[in-house]
Formats: sequence, C-alpha cells, structure tokens
Amino acid sequence: MSKVVDARGRSCPEPVIMTKSALEADCSGIQVLVDTHVAVENITRFAEGKGYKVNVKEYSEDYEINITME
Amino acid sequence: MNSKKKMFMYGGVIGLAAAILMRFGNPGNMGMCIACFWRDIAGALGLHKAAVVQYIRPEIIGIVFGTFFISYLTGDFKARGGSSPLIRFILGFFLMIGALVFLGCPLRMIIRLANGDLNALVALAGYVAGIFVGVQFLKKGYTLGKNYEQAKIAGFLVPIFALVLLIFLVVKPAFILFSTEGPGSMAAPVILSLVLGAVVGIALQRSRICTAGGIRDMILIKDNHFLWGILGIFAFTLIGNLVLNFGKINIGFVDQPIGHTDFLFNFLGMALVGLCSVLLGGCPIRQTVLASQGDTDAGITVIGLIIGAAFAHNFGLAASGSGVPTNGKIAVLIGIVFVLIIAYSIVADQKNKSAKKSKGVSANV
Repeated sequence: MSKVVDARGRSCPEPVIMTKSALEADCSGIQVLVDTHVAVENITRFAEGKGYKVNVKEYSEDYEINITME
Repeated sequence: MNSKKKMFMYGGVIGLAAAILMRFGNPGNMGMCIACFWRDIAGALGLHKAAVVQYIRPEIIGIVFGTFFISYLTGDFKARGGSSPLIRFILGFFLMIGALVFLGCPLRMIIRLANGDLNALVALAGYVAGIFVGVQFLKKGYTLGKNYEQAKIAGFLVPIFALVLLIFLVVKPAFILFSTEGPGSMAAPVILSLVLGAVVGIALQRSRICTAGGIRDMILIKDNHFLWGILGIFAFTLIGNLVLNFGKINIGFVDQPIGHTDFLFNFLGMALVGLCSVLLGGCPIRQTVLASQGDTDAGITVIGLIIGAAFAHNFGLAASGSGVPTNGKIAVLIGIVFVLIIAYSIVADQKNKSAKKSKGVSANV
C-alpha cells in the first residue's frame, strides 16, 4: 500500500507542493486525494512531467490520484 | 492541440479582447484591468470619492457571469470556504494598494507592456521578485489551511452581487456615481464590454490562467504551462494593438497613459502584488474567477480588493499619471512589512505544529 496524501480542501498550489514533497520522500509512488478538478490537472501535469504514471479515479465529491513509477 | 498551444490561444482571447475594448473606448492600456475595474466599481458604489474613477465596469459583470455559467455546466462550481478568510481579506486589501501605486493589476501590466510602456517592465521585475519571496514561504510550509463545503447559496453570492451591479448599471439610480471626466468616463459600449467580459471569463475559467501562478510554477516546479497563457495575452494584445490601436503605441517610459515613471515604486508596488498573489494562491484575475465559481474565500479576497481600493483613494494612497503620493509610498512599505510578518508567523506556526506532532508520535513509540 503506497503512502496517502490527503490534499482535499487545499487551495492551489498546495496539493502540488504536497505531492512534490511526498514523491521526494518516497519516489516509488503515492496516492493523492483531492476535491477539485484543477488540483487533478495540476498534479497530473506535474507527475507526468517527472516521468510518473498517473491514474485518476473519480468519486462523487473527491478524486483519487494514483502516481506510480512506470 | 497540445496543452501549451491551448494555453497560448486562451491567453490570446484575453489579449485580443483587451485590444478591442481599448479601440472602442476604454482608457489607454486599460482594455482589461481587474484592479482598476473593481476600483471603478468601488467608486460607483460611493465607497470612495475620487470623481474620475467611478463606473460600474461591465467587463467585471461579464467575467463573473461567464465564469459562473461555464463552471456550473462543467461541474467546477462548488460552494466552499473557511480557509483563513480574514487573512485573505487583508492580503486582498494590500494587494490592491500595491496595484494602485503601480496603476494596474498584473493583467494590465502585461497589457501596458504590449503597448510599449516600459514602466511595466520595471513592475514585472518587481512582480517576479515578490513572487519569488512568496515561493520561499510556500517551500517552508506556508498554508492558509483547508477549506470546507459551504451551503450552496454561499457560492451564489458573488454572481448575485454581479447581477445587482448589472441592475445598477442599467437603471442608474441616483446613489450610483458615474464619472463625467477622467478614466472612469472612458468606456467601450456596455453590451460589447459585457459580451467580451463573458468571453474572457470563460477563457479564464477553462484555462485556469493565473499571472502569478505562471511565474510561481516556473520557480517552484519548473513548469511553464501557465506561462504560455501569459505569453498569449502579451502577443495578442500586441497584435490587436498593431491592427486596432496603431497610433497609440508608444515605446518608452514617459507620457504613458495612466502610468508614472517612479521606478522604485513601480517595482515595490508590484512586488507587494506578487507577494500577496502567491500567498493568496492566485492573482486578482484568478481570485475573481474563483469567487465566481463558488469559492467564498476568493469572494472575501475580492471584497478586500474593493475595500483596499476605497481606502487607496480616500487616504490619498493611489498614484496618478503625475506620480506616487507620499502616503502611497508609506502604505506600500507598511504593506510589504505587514504581509511578510503574516507569512512568517504562519510558517513559524506550522513548524511548531509539526514539531509537536513528531514529538507526540515518538512518545507513543
């Protein structure tokens, strides 16, 4: 089970910063929870830019972003 | 279309709208300016008595409506709030003081630059410096805390405010003030301003363009995604002006419309704007867009902008073409110090909290 980062309720750019520091601590992969589509876009762009594989699952209010090494 | 091209085109829509609005009557280099327009609205509502800058700018109403409708359709609209509202108010307040000392928000800075006003280049350096300082706080754990879901009606309040403004604009009741001379009297036709405002609102909402975010992301995560949007605004304002406002292009420092040549305070004013924008999570345009899609924290920030504008004119802080008044210089310096203290205190608080947390964990082990 990878590390979970809960960035729900955080405004831009905090979800990206939280993702960045979590990936720096554990570069194998993490799961990030967010609740805005903007955060999904920003985190996806950031993680894919770093060469990670990104998988997004959408729930009614939240998004689950799984970031893994390819 | 790849994402950078898309950003560039979205920015282009905004830049083109600015050039068209200037062509059809808006003040010089003020086709679009979020700070100036909220300031004009504050004046129209009688919150300040500067007779030359009072008008209910339809562009703002258009931006709010455009954002509101497109965010509602796409599901981005969500009533939320509760993330340090009073701090956001203060940051919005000082952001406006900085903007009115430079004479423009970051969007107008780009527009001024695209028309040859080199004072905007000095301001841009200040803006980048302010953002750079703000990013250092972000890196050290600065946060305004979580927001929470709010009652749905809370999310509608800013669009309702825009609707009330539209009614005032159309009905023109006696208590609403309209400039008869000066920049406040110069305006494109209402319908054109409203429609282009709405188009700009949609472009801003869909692209999420933020002038502070573009520069911040370059510094923080070396991502140039939003920077392409800013370049789009610049390029298309320039092209638009070459075609529509050719006679008004003026490359240099002096005799620029609604601008002054005080280098130091052009720099420091925009440094304060950059710092506040990063600490708020977005520049005035982005705050206005967020406020229109249910973010009540951004709504409070916008009220901070409006009250800041009122104070700027009531206390003689705002600059004019003839320069920056002493009160304005003092206010910018106070603003910079005060905002730095706020940011520093939050970072210190966060450090204390995480130290306590790790102590708690080790005690359990």
